[in-house]
Formats: sequence, C-alpha cells, structure tokens
Amino acid sequence: MVTEAAVWDALAEIPDPEIPVISLVDLGVIRGVDVDAQRVRIEFTPTFLGCPALEVMKGAMEEQIRALGGEPEVDVVLDDSWSTDRITPEGREKLRAAGFAPPAPREAAPPKLIQLQSQAFRCPYCGSTDTKLENIFGPTPCRSLRYCTSCRQPFEQFKTI
Amino acid sequence: MSERATQLLQIADDELILGWRDSEWTGIAPNLEEDVAFSSIAQNEIGHARALYELAARDLGTTADELAFDRAPHEYRCAGIVEHRFADDWARTIARHWLYEAADAVRLEALKASDDTEVAGLAAKIDREEVYHRMHADMWEERLRDEPRFKEAVEELWPQALALLPEDKRATLAQRLNVPSNSLLLSGREERSDDFASLWEEMTIVRRSIPGAVW
Repeated sequence: MVTEAAVWDALAEIPDPEIPVISLVDLGVIRGVDVDAQRVRIEFTPTFLGCPALEVMKGAMEEQIRALGGEPEVDVVLDDSWSTDRITPEGREKLRAAGFAPPAPREAAPPKLIQLQSQAFRCPYCGSTDTKLENIFGPTPCRSLRYCTSCRQPFEQFKTI
Repeated sequence: MSERATQLLQIADDELILGWRDSEWTGIAPNLEEDVAFSSIAQNEIGHARALYELAARDLGTTADELAFDRAPHEYRCAGIVEHRFADDWARTIARHWLYEAADAVRLEALKASDDTEVAGLAAKIDREEVYHRMHADMWEERLRDEPRFKEAVEELWPQALALLPEDKRATLAQRLNVPSNSLLLSGREERSDDFASLWEEMTIVRRSIPGAVW
C-alpha cells in the first residue's frame, strides 16, 4: 500500500537536476499528490517554462513512484501557481549554503531593474550587502549574476519570479 | 481552427522564431555578458513557445513538436519582424528586442485578463519571466537611444512591431512607443520572407532527416 506520506518522502529525495543541493519538494514545484490504491497522481509545475530539466524531473518522479510499488501519473500544470516564494525555508538555506543567494520575496509589483541594481542583495559567502548587478541573466534562466565588492566574489542570485 | 488555437499558434510562432534568432547570438555577441543574456532570453522564448504549442496541440489533437517542426513554411503565422536574420547587426537586434518586448507586454496584459483561465494562467506565468526581458531591453534602449544606427533601426522596424498585435491593441503600443499608429505600413502574418525560408530549412533539417523517429 502506497501512502501519501511515503510519496512526499520519496519526492523529497529527488534533487533539482541543475542545482542538486535542493530537492523538488524544497523547490515547491510539487503542487499536489493524490494516492488512489496503487495509482499515484502528481501535479507538478515547472519553474521556468524553458527549463530543459523538465523531462528529467518527470522521469525521476516516475522512477521513485515505481520504486514504491505505485503506478505514477505525472501531470505538468502550466498555470501561474509557482513563484520563487514557494521555495521552502529549508530550501532557501540549502541554496545559501551552496553559494546561491536565495530569491528576494516577491512583492505586489513585479521586480524592477532599479531594485536589482540596488544593494539590497546579500552575498551568500560573506553576508555583505555591498554587492552589484553584473548581468540580469546567468548560467540558467532562473539566475542573475552579481559581484560582492566586499569579499570580491562573483555569485549567482536566484531571480524573483 | 478555433479562434483560441489560431491565436495560440500565432504567439507560439512569434516566440519560437524570435527565440531561434536570439540564439544565433550564442557565441558571437559583442561581449560575454550579452552572450549569456541572449542565450537565456532565447531559451525562455522557446520555452514559452513550447507551452503555448502544448495548449494549442491539446485543442488540435496533435503534439507541440509537430506544431513547431512539422508544418510547411506557408503554415507558420509569425509576424514578419521576428523572421529577419539580424545576427551581426547589434543595433537592429536591440531595436527589435525592445519593440518586441513592448508589444509582447501589451499582448500579455490582455491575455492575463482573458476569461479563458488556461490562457490567462499561462500568460501570467510567461509574464513573470518576460519582466526580466523587458528590463534588459529597456536598459539597452536607454544606452543606445541617441545612437543614429539604433534610431534608424527603430524607425525601420516599429511598423512591423505593430503587426504583432491584433488591430484593437495597436494604438496602445503606438502610444507607449510614441510613434504614429499607422496601419498602412503593416505587413501581416500570412507572408513568409526569404529569411524565414532559410531558417525553416535549418530548424527542421534534423527532424526531417528521419520522419517519425522518436528522439
């Protein structure tokens, strides 16, 4: 008998393919789990629509469910339910520890360039806010590049979306 | 074809073809930061195209890949502005980028307010990402706005940017761009250019090499 709790535990073991320190559950992309006898339905929403890891994540979820003895059905939901605010507090801490500055909380209005250019972003290495924007874009769509003037370390900032 | 599928396909085609053009800067942009930026923007646009094609594909009983790559050139419905090959011409690339993002913002605002919750939800998700494209485009427009080559490029391209939108939205865009909303200069979505023909050849060449293969 597959239980919902067992499914969540299994999903919490799947690393994000691009930032393996954080799991899919930490990332907040699992929108719901529904268990009906052996059938396990997972609602999953991508972070960025162009994320190339979508299929990899789907495959990893299916594999975990089969390992539990369930029959997986993963539905990709293309609505507006994901925002970086859904990353869990544990997930944010794991990001910071790995050198990625976690996203700033989303406000009522979308982020503005002037905010990105401000010094409100903290360096994940030394904690200084004496940091500057180097590039709105980065190695993956979800990240920007910043530079810490205090410890002279470039770092990646998770975009707020 | 339903009005919804027609509209989804037009927008998806715009995003796919522009994403393709943006990706041509990968490796040859004027500096590394722009290489990174245009590669990311291209990836986002193609991601948006994929999601829009998926929604359309459900209505049409087909798949996103078939819509993206298995149509004949004359079946695509992108606006002419996204077809031009501008790689090696930074002024025109930025002019198009700035005009396109402005038009796309008007389009997304309307879609987000749509009664169709699937379309509205997807538009809202797309818009979260487009915020960063607009920042990037506005940053460059501010930097280049007094440069003669950039001004010429904007002059040349704005009428084509209006063609990205349905007629009732063009006045809004013209007002934001501070240009006359002259629809006489418009090209539509029916005609394909020579630039499109060569793009299509390249974009579909691998897929056409083994029809029906599972990749």
